[in-house]
Amino acid sequence: MKKSMALALAAGVAVSSWGLTGPGTAEAETLRWARAGDSLTLDPHAQNEGPTHTLSHQIYEPLLHRDMEGKVVPALATEWAPTDDPSVWRFTLREGVTFHGGETFTADDVVFSIERAMKPTSGMKELLNSIAEVRKVDDLTVDFVTDGPNPLLPNNLTNLFIMDEGWTTENDAADPQDFAAGGENYAVRNANGTGAYMLESRTPDERTVLKANPDYWGKDSFPLEVTEIVYTPIQSAATRVAALLSGEVDFIQDVPVQDLGRVGEQDGLKVVTAPQNRTIFFGLNVGGDDLTSDNVEGANPFADVRVRRAMNMAINREAIRQVVMREQSIPAGVIMPPFVNGWTEELDEYPAHDVEQAKALMAEAGYGDGFSVTLNCPNDRYINDEAICQAAVGMLGQIGIDVALDAKPKAQHFPLISKWETDFYMLGWGVPTFDSEYIFNFLVHTKTDELGSWNGTRYSNPELDEKIVSLASQTDLAARDATIAEIWAQLQEDRIYLPIHHQVLNWGMKDNVAFDVQPEDQPHFKYMTFN
Amino acid sequence: MTDHDGTRTRNGDATGAEALVAEPNWLKDKAVRFLDSDVYFSFKRSPVTIVAFSLVMLLVLGALLGPLIAPQNPHDPAQLNLMDGFTPPFSANQFTGSFYLLGTDDQGRDIFSAILYGLRISLFVGVVSVLFAGVLGVTLGLVSGYFGGWIDTLIMRIADIQLTFPSILIAMLIFGIARGLVPVEMRNDAALYILILSIGLSEWVQFARTVRGATLVEREKEYVQAARLIGLGRIPIMVRHVLPNVMGPVLVIGTIGLALAIIAEATLSFLGVGAPPTTPSLGTLIRVGQDFLFSGEWWIILFPSLTLLVLALSVNLLGDWLRDVLNPKLR
Repeated sequence: MKKSMALALAAGVAVSSWGLTGPGTAEAETLRWARAGDSLTLDPHAQNEGPTHTLSHQIYEPLLHRDMEGKVVPALATEWAPTDDPSVWRFTLREGVTFHGGETFTADDVVFSIERAMKPTSGMKELLNSIAEVRKVDDLTVDFVTDGPNPLLPNNLTNLFIMDEGWTTENDAADPQDFAAGGENYAVRNANGTGAYMLESRTPDERTVLKANPDYWGKDSFPLEVTEIVYTPIQSAATRVAALLSGEVDFIQDVPVQDLGRVGEQDGLKVVTAPQNRTIFFGLNVGGDDLTSDNVEGANPFADVRVRRAMNMAINREAIRQVVMREQSIPAGVIMPPFVNGWTEELDEYPAHDVEQAKALMAEAGYGDGFSVTLNCPNDRYINDEAICQAAVGMLGQIGIDVALDAKPKAQHFPLISKWETDFYMLGWGVPTFDSEYIFNFLVHTKTDELGSWNGTRYSNPELDEKIVSLASQTDLAARDATIAEIWAQLQEDRIYLPIHHQVLNWGMKDNVAFDVQPEDQPHFKYMTFN
Repeated sequence: MTDHDGTRTRNGDATGAEALVAEPNWLKDKAVRFLDSDVYFSFKRSPVTIVAFSLVMLLVLGALLGPLIAPQNPHDPAQLNLMDGFTPPFSANQFTGSFYLLGTDDQGRDIFSAILYGLRISLFVGVVSVLFAGVLGVTLGLVSGYFGGWIDTLIMRIADIQLTFPSILIAMLIFGIARGLVPVEMRNDAALYILILSIGLSEWVQFARTVRGATLVEREKEYVQAARLIGLGRIPIMVRHVLPNVMGPVLVIGTIGLALAIIAEATLSFLGVGAPPTTPSLGTLIRVGQDFLFSGEWWIILFPSLTLLVLALSVNLLGDWLRDVLNPKLR
């Protein structure tokens, strides 16, 4: 509530100053950056979530990461290759790198960080499930030993940040923050990375200030024209746009679709657009015995695949694209962005919007009179997330499902999914590895200590689980692709998720900023230049 | 008049009709007395008040008859067609060709219907929370003023403390706590009652302070002392003798408080903590409309805002007029 007041005040300030100053040019030193939501935590291993990684990428570095074009480039590792034993990858580390606190970066930090990210409270463990051991060879060489050969291992490391072993253990942060349980540790509010920017100050949900790292190893390899970053989350779409129009911020990561024209036409501002590696969908509690938020006693209507198919048919994706997204989306039939290995046009086909047939399916399943259920939805994470949910409420109402909408900020929404406290929820999923296995590991595999942490559907299919686990060590890529296709065929049959669309990214910025849209929505400000 | 008299003669023969006839007479007397009164005289002489009164009546009527007049039930999501979204007022939708008088919002909700239904929420929450605040405040004020002593000190210090915070903050605090206590699946249904509770609890202080002041004056007067002498208890004295004599200012505060409560409800809903987006009140509609200010869909925010403005202003003007009329010093 305090935040709402702050936003209301910010709105007042934004409106009152608008028209007086107008957007000037961005100053070469300070970049004022805004987006709808804040990073959930500074602990780089606690949450596998886009905006959280975006902030971490400025402060911390992985061994390798995706640059602004989406290509994998070296960061803390300079070279990597499989050894003669195909289940061992050898990484050569960059020399002469220091952490912000002055500590020297060595192989020990890599071993420590990867082991930390494999602990039960980590949000990144699914990415590392194929790793058996991380071995220090010498100070600047590390071996990753996997259970069987894993040719795709490096793709899994693009968001795995390296922390300093000494700093982390001294501050009692050797275990990642237990985010779902509301845990805290020193690394949640403090940071010590090797990245181009150092944490100056941070008030969660209000303001984070980063300063350039004077000892950055890449000083001569990157433009580094931004010397200070001021990051302010602004949840209200109108306030965010007002801030950009008035010149209060230089760069916003999510221009509301209704304001694209307005921002594009304004002198001194521009919008850069590109399809995003992210799909928006609804998850259903299909495995529970009974739903907590419904009015059906002793049975789970979502357990019936006919109900799920009826819902899939009732959602009018074209209307959502036309009206809610103003054509800034690509309707989807599968929860996998087209960039990802495993995507096919057939999988992405969605059923025609057909209320009559959907009603018939509902009747066939014994729910001709409908039922009621609560839909949980974030309101500061995806483009027009709450409006999409509202539209879905209306569409499902037409087939007799009386949906109550509960929209909240993402910091309260996401734990509902990981703690299994929601029956029906919205989620968006990007795939940093560009491979289907990532989706299966997080969203499809039965929820265990190692895998399935974002599987809020309670779906459990042992046969599929076996196939999913086998992907990590399958070296014959053709056979691997065949298994992926089999898993998708089964998933499309079971319809545990209702896909909505693939997102399109819209970054708004000052005219004099030269910055390409990164397909994962991960700006790396060290690449930003001004002209 | 002749009509009326005629009715009486004709019915006069029928036995038992006397009682029925007595009522119009009584009503007539009341009406005549009202038409003769200072209040009506002052009302007649103030065009601003007449306009304000008519506007309030119009809006109240619109709210009461909303379900009959409204072309759509905007609170039933199944009746909305998303493709009708963003239809401009007075013209047809570009995809569906549907026509809506005041246009539609982003979900295809008819703004005219949404305003009528939103008015129902705003007026309901406003009236009930003022009644709640009034009953609570008047009771505490009477007790405080009549009993005095430590009870007076306790109640008035609580009131003083509450006065140091803006009432909207208190309402948000109470709303937050109450919402946290209500189970998730009941939250949407309970939202209105939580709103009433939080606005009521944040606005009782004005009533309590005014009534206490008036009670302090009244309790020393002869009629109260006489009542005490004949052995009446404290409660009957407070309720039957003091209360009617302190009600004048309460009526004024109540009317102005109604405007405040309507604004408070709109503010809370605007901040996203009041009425849920699927059953929008005026404040919720303004919140939604705010997102489309820059993109040219002006009607989504304009019409609900105008309605809120007219409603709050008219009620306030009525309150001001009532204060002037009931205040003997201003005559």
